[in-house]
Amino acid sequence: MCTYVTVTRTVEGSGKGANGWFPVTDTSVYVDHPTHAPYGHTLNIDFLNPAAGPGSRVAVELTEESALALVEAIQAALAAAPAGLASRDQQV
Amino acid sequence: MQAGTVRITGADGDEIEAYLAQPLGSEPRGGVVVIHHMPGYDEPTKEITRRLASYGFAAICPNLYSREAPGASPDDAAAVARAQGGVPDDRLVGDVGGAADHLRGLPGANGRVGVIGYCSGGRQAFLAACRLPLDAAVDCYGAFVVGDPPKDFPLRVRPLLDQAPSLSCPLLGMFGAEDQYPSPEQVAELDRELTRLGKPHEFHSYDGAGHAFFAVDRPSYRPQAAVDGWQKVRAFFDRHLNV
Repeated sequence: MCTYVTVTRTVEGSGKGANGWFPVTDTSVYVDHPTHAPYGHTLNIDFLNPAAGPGSRVAVELTEESALALVEAIQAALAAAPAGLASRDQQV
Repeated sequence: MQAGTVRITGADGDEIEAYLAQPLGSEPRGGVVVIHHMPGYDEPTKEITRRLASYGFAAICPNLYSREAPGASPDDAAAVARAQGGVPDDRLVGDVGGAADHLRGLPGANGRVGVIGYCSGGRQAFLAACRLPLDAAVDCYGAFVVGDPPKDFPLRVRPLLDQAPSLSCPLLGMFGAEDQYPSPEQVAELDRELTRLGKPHEFHSYDGAGHAFFAVDRPSYRPQAAVDGWQKVRAFFDRHLNV
């Protein structure tokens, strides 16, 4: 099915796409048909910079299990580091 | 056959990109507007457009994401359109209407135009046939023609069953019996409503097939259903567009 449902967030960071590194400003997260992964549906994440054009995009298509494992891995990695180390307000 | 990219006038007078395929020569022929699926104006959809030209129709697929992402690769364009909330129904109707007008203006056009769409495009084919004067419509497993979405489902699309009285042409529906969007019950409900309204329609549901069984580049492809389905699509358009 086309779920049409898209969860969007504004984010800060960088991604590497087809044309090299670019600032990532937005993400779309959705469950829908993948373009490449060999499944009917996947959890898809687009890391985007709309101001830089459609080609400024890093895309991943993950199975449900993989997506949940990634969520757990993100939380584990953040928990293993001092709080605030990767914050936007960090001291550099 | 000739095939390539053209510019047409879409909704609100906007110039948009489209892929046009048509037989050589200028013998009278009907036309078909192809509505691409949500993943975009991609190679498989252009192949469908060429296939319809090989059947003797002038076929055109408007790039529904022309405005959001001109010149972008189809998957990137689809991502931009999705992030912006998808294609509004009114704009879709205007773009399909513009594509139909383009077909009617081609040399050899017999004035008859049909529409076919897949997945989200199946719903949009039904929508276009309710809002535009067309001669035939094919809905390939379009979800949300019938059926209220779950309460916590933040859908930007709404069901179309209330527009069925305006359906302007015969409808061919191609469905997978194992699909849940649309489910067999929803297909049956649409069938009952069109029968009640006296709207000519022909539905086929294939056992062993789910959603997107026509999609040759996806694991959902079901060759037997797709081969038989294409024969039915061709016969339907022959019957209604080449008269």
